[in-house]
Amino acid sequence: MRKLHFHPCGNFNDRYEQELTIFETDFGRTAVLAGLLILFAVVPYASSAYFLYILNTIAIMSIAAIGLNILIGFTGQLSLGHGAFFGVGAYAAAILATDAGFPFLLAVPCAGVITALVGVLFGLPSGRLKGLYLTIATLAGQFIIEYLLVHWEGLTRGTMGIVLPEASIFGVALGGDRCFFYIAYGALILMTLIAVNLMRTRYGRAFVAIRDNDRAAEGMGIPIFPYKLLSFAISSFYAGFAGALWAYYMVSITTEPFNLGLSVEYIAMVIIGGLGSITGSIFGAIFITGLNEGLRWLTDILMSTNILSAIGLSMAPLRELAFGTAIVLFILLEPRGLAEVWRIIRSNFRLWPFSY
Amino acid sequence: MQEDTLLQLNNISVVYSDVIQVLKGVSLAVTEKHIACLLGSNGAGKTTTLKAISGLLKTENGKVTDGDIVYEKALIQNSPPEAITRRGIIQVLEGRQPFKYLTIEENLRVGTATRWGKPYGKDLEMIYDYFPPLRKRRKTLAGYCSGGELQMLVMGRALMAHPKLLLLDEPSLGLAPLVVKEIFDIIERINREQGTTIVLVEQNANMALRIAHYGYIMENGRIVMEGEAADLKKNPDIKEFYLGMGAGGDAKSYRDVKSYKRRKRWL
Amino acid sequence: MDFFIQLLVNGLSIGFLYGLAAMGFVMIFKSSSVLNFAHGELMALGAFVFLVLIGWAELPVYLAFPLTLVFCFVLGFVVERLFLRPLIGEPLIYVIMLTVGLASMFKGAMLLIWGGNLYTFPDFLPEGLAIQWGSVNIPPVYAVSIVIGLIFLMLFGLFFKYSSQGIYMRSVADNQPAALSLGVHVRKVFALSWAIAALVAGMSGIVLGIINGINVHDLSSIGLKVFPVVILGGLDSIGGAVIGGIIIGLLETFTGGYLSTSLRDVVPYIVLVFILMVKPYGLFGLVEIERV
Repeated sequence: MRKLHFHPCGNFNDRYEQELTIFETDFGRTAVLAGLLILFAVVPYASSAYFLYILNTIAIMSIAAIGLNILIGFTGQLSLGHGAFFGVGAYAAAILATDAGFPFLLAVPCAGVITALVGVLFGLPSGRLKGLYLTIATLAGQFIIEYLLVHWEGLTRGTMGIVLPEASIFGVALGGDRCFFYIAYGALILMTLIAVNLMRTRYGRAFVAIRDNDRAAEGMGIPIFPYKLLSFAISSFYAGFAGALWAYYMVSITTEPFNLGLSVEYIAMVIIGGLGSITGSIFGAIFITGLNEGLRWLTDILMSTNILSAIGLSMAPLRELAFGTAIVLFILLEPRGLAEVWRIIRSNFRLWPFSY
Repeated sequence: MQEDTLLQLNNISVVYSDVIQVLKGVSLAVTEKHIACLLGSNGAGKTTTLKAISGLLKTENGKVTDGDIVYEKALIQNSPPEAITRRGIIQVLEGRQPFKYLTIEENLRVGTATRWGKPYGKDLEMIYDYFPPLRKRRKTLAGYCSGGELQMLVMGRALMAHPKLLLLDEPSLGLAPLVVKEIFDIIERINREQGTTIVLVEQNANMALRIAHYGYIMENGRIVMEGEAADLKKNPDIKEFYLGMGAGGDAKSYRDVKSYKRRKRWL
Repeated sequence: MDFFIQLLVNGLSIGFLYGLAAMGFVMIFKSSSVLNFAHGELMALGAFVFLVLIGWAELPVYLAFPLTLVFCFVLGFVVERLFLRPLIGEPLIYVIMLTVGLASMFKGAMLLIWGGNLYTFPDFLPEGLAIQWGSVNIPPVYAVSIVIGLIFLMLFGLFFKYSSQGIYMRSVADNQPAALSLGVHVRKVFALSWAIAALVAGMSGIVLGIINGINVHDLSSIGLKVFPVVILGGLDSIGGAVIGGIIIGLLETFTGGYLSTSLRDVVPYIVLVFILMVKPYGLFGLVEIERV
């Protein structure tokens, strides 16, 4: 039997494969597998419909946040149009499912690909410039896409919205939160695996090289423009994929949610979770969704008591305030986000009780 | 510390980014109204020494970790550059860093930053007297000026601040020999007429030792030799390694160039 | 014809305001290469402070206006001090995300205080300022905004061209290490550029508030229009910002007048994408010369 790996006291890697491993110890791998087992076997049956709804939202948001993290955290390019791309995915899936009659299994990845193409369209003019032009181009993308979603009525049915058919795989209907839980988390695990492994390939290393020093990266023979564009396309694909899942989950979609606020929300997830950390994106999604639901809960309570309903009404902007404050505080105090906090907690338990 | 010592470095170490040690215990003293020159090969730590004095290390994530820098009986190591420049230490950066999109005159006016709000008309005249070519081009953008003019510009800009101690980093870099001579003459004149103390970092050891009063030789982050400029000029090692002459003192012909190097005596 | 001239005047005056707002933005970008995404919020804040002073505290205009500007100036200083200064030396992307965070923080705070309602200033501009020219009627606000725009452009032009402080600011934008070596207080310059930018933003916020009414959402989305404006003018050109502002302002009003009102707000962004494609450094921007 292979010897179990534990954390050594320091960095004793002597081969590149060791640097690249996903799980440094067997304990980590076992813990993650056990966690997933509990997640799939126990959680859906032990939680209420409302809690399942939150969990599903987290899964979908996580996928989109991972996509944005590939762009911001690994390639060092900021996108302000992630919310709109999420919307493009949702609408692409809805239109494919209703007008073209695509089945669920085909519609979701196709929506991702369409979003990636739209992303490339907006990334093309800015990618060849140095600096943060991509940020500005995505800001334009956000507004143009928002406008098209509302006004291109022939395609998107404007403010009417679209109602999607029920998702089904090979004729098996997948209604209800519990069924969707498996789809959402299956997709999340798949997309996480893809992202984690992508970052271990030459492409991932090229992204990181561009982030750290684009001139040096160019000098090492990395063509910057194609790689930036590729990163942007991958990021858009994730957004579109998540958007498509979201459209199926919500059943009916309208144009409102995909505004600049949503884009900022995704940026908040990535920053709070931790730039350049795939698991961090998931933490960020959990944090922001929790914050959202917490504030909604607070509003509901205030609204239900008669005297306070006026205050309750004015609570809506609190969300924006809370996101903004969270972003600012995390950047100032813990720029590496929750992932770093988690790492610190973990390393305290490492070799416990004899940590160094 | 002697009475007329303006600046003294006691055994300073400089570390960049908390890991790269560049200076390993440098000590030097600069006498008031004198020119001290700092010679050495590339990467010896000359520029770092100047930046440690002027406080510009901070912007490059460097730090004086050990030893102290005494200027006019006050400790100044690791102070921010704004504070140090206001004490009268101005550094002229290596490689002429003009403000490309400002005119010559505006460039000179930036030099008044340490004494904002005070009149500067007389100083401008003085600079134009020292560097006549600048007067002709006062309205041109600095980006369009030649190397010699730029070197004059950056020195003039520093003089605008009324420095007590001027740190010159390779003023001869990339200039024609005649221009170099002109620049060095002006440096000497500034020292004589304004009484400005000057620390001069140079590759052109010959020129530097001609105008300097005292010299230091640096290698690998250490001062390996020091002495009066006149003595240094006579030193056989200096002659061979820095002045390009044979051990005898006469100009070395290509025929005598050895294929091996004599071991430096101070190592 | 009259309609055309009316639109032209409207476009020009709105364009001047965009140009003014963009000027503050360019100033921050030039001194510290930070893209400020909270610019619209600074504009809205200026408008609301003016509203409070003039409506609630009932101060006369000649007192309220300077007071508001002073407030904005101080606010810019404080923002730089509290949020931006700790990040000097950090990667730029953090600083930019911080301004994104600041934007939604300010926006949330303003919504919390004033809500999403549309406010209007009490009428204080004398009708005598209105210009009647044939059948073209130029309301006083537009006249005032053009005048204010021109005055401040001149003031800033003079400030940067001739005053020592202006020259120091330009020197920092030009070559930061050299400016440091000459004793220019770089952190002070950063703070000053934020303060001036906030002041200019606040002022354009007030005038835009007079024209369109004051609403948090509207004003902060106008703040994002500085991006098309500055890209058009070239990110680092103050004069370009003004010309870009005028072009965008005209384009908007003409689209609104002749094509459709809903297209009006998107046109600047379509122009932006187009400009990035054909002339990425803008009409007046400096093509950066990079030496390795």
